[in-house]
Amino acid sequence: MKTTYREAMRAALRDAMQRDERVFLMGEDVGRYGGSFAVSLGLLEEFGPDRIRDTPLSESGFVGAGIGAALGGMRPVVEIMTVNFSLLALDQIINNAATLLHMSGGQFNVPIVIRMTTGAGRQLGAQHSHSLEGWYAHIPGLRILTPATLADARGMLWTALQDPDPVLIFEHGSLYNMAGDLDDDAGPVDVDKAALLRHADGTGESLTLITYGGTLPLVLAAADQLAEEGIDTDVIDLRTLRPLDTHTILDSVAGTHRAVVVDEGWRSGSISAEIAARICELAFFDLDAPVERVCSLEVPVPYAKHLEEAALPSVGRVMAAARRAVGANG
Amino acid sequence: MSTLKNQGVTDAEHAGHLLRQMLRVRRLEEKCIELYSAAKIRGFLHVYIGEEAVAAGVMEALAPEDAVVATYREHGHALLRRVSAGAILAEMYGHAEGCCRGRGGSMHLFDAATRFYGGNAIVAGGLPLAVGLALADRMAGRQRVTVCFFGEGAVAEGEFHESMNLAALWQLPVLFCCENNLYAMGTALGRSESQTDIALKAAAYEISAWAVDGMDVLAVEQAAGRAVDAVRSGGGPHFLELRTYRFRAHSMFDPELYREKSEVAQWMERDPISLLQGAMQEAGQLPEEDWAALQADVDAEISTAVGFAENGTPEPVSELSRFVYSDRAEDGGYTGDGGTAERDTRSGKGGAEG
Ligand SMILES: Cc1ncc(C[n+]2csc(CCOP(=O)(O)OP(=O)(O)O)c2C)c(N)n1
Ligand SMILES: [Mg+2]
Repeated sequence: MKTTYREAMRAALRDAMQRDERVFLMGEDVGRYGGSFAVSLGLLEEFGPDRIRDTPLSESGFVGAGIGAALGGMRPVVEIMTVNFSLLALDQIINNAATLLHMSGGQFNVPIVIRMTTGAGRQLGAQHSHSLEGWYAHIPGLRILTPATLADARGMLWTALQDPDPVLIFEHGSLYNMAGDLDDDAGPVDVDKAALLRHADGTGESLTLITYGGTLPLVLAAADQLAEEGIDTDVIDLRTLRPLDTHTILDSVAGTHRAVVVDEGWRSGSISAEIAARICELAFFDLDAPVERVCSLEVPVPYAKHLEEAALPSVGRVMAAARRAVGANG
Repeated sequence: MSTLKNQGVTDAEHAGHLLRQMLRVRRLEEKCIELYSAAKIRGFLHVYIGEEAVAAGVMEALAPEDAVVATYREHGHALLRRVSAGAILAEMYGHAEGCCRGRGGSMHLFDAATRFYGGNAIVAGGLPLAVGLALADRMAGRQRVTVCFFGEGAVAEGEFHESMNLAALWQLPVLFCCENNLYAMGTALGRSESQTDIALKAAAYEISAWAVDGMDVLAVEQAAGRAVDAVRSGGGPHFLELRTYRFRAHSMFDPELYREKSEVAQWMERDPISLLQGAMQEAGQLPEEDWAALQADVDAEISTAVGFAENGTPEPVSELSRFVYSDRAEDGGYTGDGGTAERDTRSGKGGAEG
């Protein structure tokens, strides 16, 4: 079946709403407008305004209400237009959703799913271009999902809704129009393991490219070009940033002995830093070269196209890092 | 407004019950202060002394299936919602027998059995939760009420306004109880709000709101009863501004530089416990021996609770990372600290290769 990332998300929402009457979608412009990224387009007509619930501009209020509704037995899917606006709901996400189970000694779990768009690349300037999913992955009590494929766009939501604890789903804005084939019977997917999307066949120099979310397409493109240069890659799509599937990373690095981490977040204190640290802690003696990182430059994301492109990870930067990693052994 | 003066005490037995409820909170917290000074309890401790009529009156209006959301000044609310004094004190001791197994402490008391949803130490952070609990009831077609307590300081927060608007917009079954004790730490209401009539603010959101003498437990009970009935029968959110005063410092670390002793003394003349006790005695409803027996009863409850907490066991450190995520068979007990177990297996392998 031909579909897009956006349609796959929508199919997941529709499926969840049909399967479980406790599920409802709530957020700014999810109903009459059809969703600011058109993910929920048409669902209002199908499920009505109670379950496709438009909210006022009150990020803290409606995220907190989602947490309360989850405590009250519902299975809310709360859509925050973009990660940038989630900053107004940080109190609820971090002080309530992430803490209640522990603070209450195991009495109150919070089965909420919070979806939001993330990322740069559309010339929207600093206030609309944050990639803060790695930052959220710092928080114990949260599960952080970053679907980057059609199968995950279709499959992660239901799995997230089965989770008794809060799950944040980050949808990179550049992925919504991604089109491709999806199995007709595509359904829920596991979210515990990272995916090895490309496997080095052992010929030539090898290395592991580790990424997630919006940078996956460019990493796959870089892998193709590297193959032409005789550099053979494992490509890991992390899929889940918390908890991190460290085993898949380590198993790959044990075979390739080199790693490049690609992350649209800023380098300092990032998820890429965490991954590099884990590799160094747990696989230091497997390495033939220092771990390389390709991250966004440490500036607020600028508007001008050439500046924005220069600030973000690119195929060229990934290839350069890969060549450095391989060269370091030579 | 004073029900005590104008109407007298009509039902002696019920008045006695309310007196007992307030006294239980008072004695529990006096004990907390003592235990704090003895370093048995640590962290922040905010007592409710002087404000007991508010929780005592409002709780009377609730049914067991209703929900309560409160603040960090919530020992009284928890106790009167039927969390045992022992479980509350044991929590402050950091013991496994505490209502949150030592993870919450004074500011974060929770109890699933009584639908007591905290214990929220972020000013105004509980309001959106209450809105959501009410939304769940509304969507599920249940006739339950959620009551949300917060201080007048919360009124300046965005979460207050967002919550008022959502509750009113969606006509949710929630009762907001603003405990207006005139101060947010050291900031007097008039120094933080351009409009100090709080009920008026709620009314601006089209919420039925009125102010109540929060030192008069009968007035509180009556107002709460009316409001809860209205909420339960589909009348949408309601709002009570309960005018009260805290007799003690904000917390155990407050030198009280911001108010005159004379002001405190003046309010203490309207001590909610003395007011009811006096009214009952005047009406001949509280013979000296009954009052003595009541106090002895309450003292016994509290000292049993202290014994329970004292004899509790510290929550084992081996349980520390439990409840970060729900226990899940397939989860392998992931705690976010991905290192330890993996380091063991990997370092063996890495070492062999290296
Ligand atoms: C968001 C937030 N800001 C500041 C604080 C620190 N703080 C704790 S209690 C308090 C005063 C709150 O006053 P009020 O809401 O009137 O409640 P009261 O303590 O009088 O019961 C402040 C400022 C906090 N806990 N949360
Ligand atoms: Mg106050």
